[in-house]
Amino acid sequence: MEICRRNDEIEISELDPFLAELLRQIPASTDPEGVSAAEQRLFSPPADPNEIEICAEWKLYVKPELRRLFQTATETVAADLEQLRGNEKTFANRTLRIPSKHAEAWLSALNQARLVIAAKYDFTDGELCDHYRSPIGSRRDLSLFQVNFYGFLQEFILRELDGWDKGPEG
Amino acid sequence: MRFSVPKNAGPSTVDEPTIEKETRSKEDVDLPWQVVVHNDPVNLMSYVTMVFQRVFGYPREKAEHHMLEVHHKGRSILWSGMRERGELYVQQLHGYLLLATLEKAS
Repeated sequence: MEICRRNDEIEISELDPFLAELLRQIPASTDPEGVSAAEQRLFSPPADPNEIEICAEWKLYVKPELRRLFQTATETVAADLEQLRGNEKTFANRTLRIPSKHAEAWLSALNQARLVIAAKYDFTDGELCDHYRSPIGSRRDLSLFQVNFYGFLQEFILRELDGWDKGPEG
Repeated sequence: MRFSVPKNAGPSTVDEPTIEKETRSKEDVDLPWQVVVHNDPVNLMSYVTMVFQRVFGYPREKAEHHMLEVHHKGRSILWSGMRERGELYVQQLHGYLLLATLEKAS
């Protein structure tokens, strides 16, 4: 896999089928699927539960707004991922282009996915810091790899955003 | 507290000044509130730094200082002041998926 900035896009090329599939799974991975720990993490409380007024107002007004915000980001990413759809040349390497104006949506969706996966599997700090764990021998190992892979993409997008902020030479 | 003079008061008429009392809400005189960000092993350090820069307009060094405080001490007070503004900051931080709470300053 190669990742680089090309004009106003981030280009991820030489994507093998495995990594392409992990990317395709981003939108679905943001769904807490009724796992309360994951739901709790995406919508964490704004204050101590004893602050009844703040928590009640938050639930009524802010939480739906946050849900919409997260949903919009996920939809943008899902639309970009359409580039990886199709059964033709299933085993060929693919290329994905992310427009710079979608970078924020990608950061959000990748973060949502990482938080939801980590909450579902209740990864320990040690596991999350173990970037070289291999081989992938279980669903848990695969999910940890997914969290790290998405983190790598986030790091790259952040670096590029910083560069875009500083202009073409940045 | 401020004073006001009735609009129709002519030059030859000197009225008693009307005293308008401005009531201050409880939160105006209350202790300040703090926006606290809590550690989360999943969020990337570079991401947290970027969020602090964006939400609070902090320069990179200050944002990194707070990020490291969160990382090493488990929490950092990012801002303190009036409740309404604090709520807005917490909302923005949650929009970026950080663990943030609004707390009364002790």
